[in-house]
Amino acid sequence: MIPAEFKYLFPSTVDEAVRMLAEEGEDAKVIAGGQSLVPVLRMRLAAPTALIDIGGLTELTGVRDDGDSLLIGAMTTHYEVQRDHLIHDHALLLKLVTDTVADPQIRHRGTFGGSLCHADPAGDLLAPALALDAVMIIAGPSGRREVSASEFFVDYFTTALAPDEILLDVRVPKYTGWGAHYEKLNRVAQAWSIVAVAAAVRVSDGVIAAARVGLTNVGSGPVRAVEVESALVGLPATAESISAAAGRASTGDGYKDNLARVLTGRALTAAVG
Amino acid sequence: MHISVNVDGVTYADEVEPRLLLVHYLRERLSKTGTVVGCDTGNCGACTVHLDGHSVKSCQMLAVQANGHEVTTIEGLARDGKLHPVQEAFHSNHALQCGFCTPGMIMQAIDLLADESDPDDETVRKGLEGNLCRCTGYQNIVRAVQDAAQRMKPGAGPKQEQHSDEHVPSQQPVGGE
Repeated sequence: MIPAEFKYLFPSTVDEAVRMLAEEGEDAKVIAGGQSLVPVLRMRLAAPTALIDIGGLTELTGVRDDGDSLLIGAMTTHYEVQRDHLIHDHALLLKLVTDTVADPQIRHRGTFGGSLCHADPAGDLLAPALALDAVMIIAGPSGRREVSASEFFVDYFTTALAPDEILLDVRVPKYTGWGAHYEKLNRVAQAWSIVAVAAAVRVSDGVIAAARVGLTNVGSGPVRAVEVESALVGLPATAESISAAAGRASTGDGYKDNLARVLTGRALTAAVG
Repeated sequence: MHISVNVDGVTYADEVEPRLLLVHYLRERLSKTGTVVGCDTGNCGACTVHLDGHSVKSCQMLAVQANGHEVTTIEGLARDGKLHPVQEAFHSNHALQCGFCTPGMIMQAIDLLADESDPDDETVRKGLEGNLCRCTGYQNIVRAVQDAAQRMKPGAGPKQEQHSDEHVPSQQPVGGE
């Protein structure tokens, strides 16, 4: 399987990349790690006229401490996210989710920002990005803008990114000291989640002070289980209260409803530790 | 597009179509057919090579994305006619049946051992998650990776070399002095 022909461009700055996107029109596509896009090209599910490879934009790589939050460069690979100390200390949920993405080879090439922009509803990183209130920092012809995760994920494989915009960084508030867990149900190695639950919980003196719960692959995009989150606050961190709150997870689908509740219970139990 | 790629220690300069996949570049342009195409869908890992020291699936990459980078294939592992310890371990543990997945398994095993020098059974299986063996010969593959870890341990080197030295005379031409 060989991709259809395309023009290949390799910008060396963000401004150049944005200009190229504008010049090439809406059938141009940005390629980051390419671990979702290259298969799509080979199966000819898409045939962009131009590929703009942002692999040379090294300023989009790495994680920085920005006071109350972390700034994660869009081109940071999954492998780098897994091993980053700032992420481990302040956004443990992202590390635990990333540990389950695809396989080691793909984690070496695939990027954090690329996964979010691909917006596959079964992709693992959307639910934690939503649950952790991530903010996308985007560059376009008219400058920079910020879009919250809740507005960024629009539909199946569709985000709020305009055709001439590029995701630069993702700002994630610090969740220092929060417990976290990703409970993923898939049948075989490498398979996408049937349903998965990303949970982060802050426990103080045996009481749940705050909770974040995101669901993977239960709709056209990630879903935040706000009813579960609010039901947990103020309850003792016990199996009984977790089980009662997890019962509020809903997806609008009978089979997935049940899975979401069971997996939410497991994720919260593990996150509380 | 013009690319310059170092493959197995040799720098190649070539004109390629942007849509050429790295695996096809390696096989068809450089005749490095040790790297094989298995599934063509990014699942099986048979085409695994190292890019700047990390394992990647060469069917999931464009050759132009390797421009300016270093690629190591299964053909670049042996040194002076001596197999890499992971290759030796696969050989002596019978870690292959049809052998088609072997180049990718070995490249991924080397990557795994770089991060985990003494992996347990579970760690090996997780580390090889992106590589499929359709003969289902996984038991011996896991054994081989763990054996390779022992062969590559600090302190194992001299013994390894000693072992090889013992075999050198048989490879020497008969006669001479």
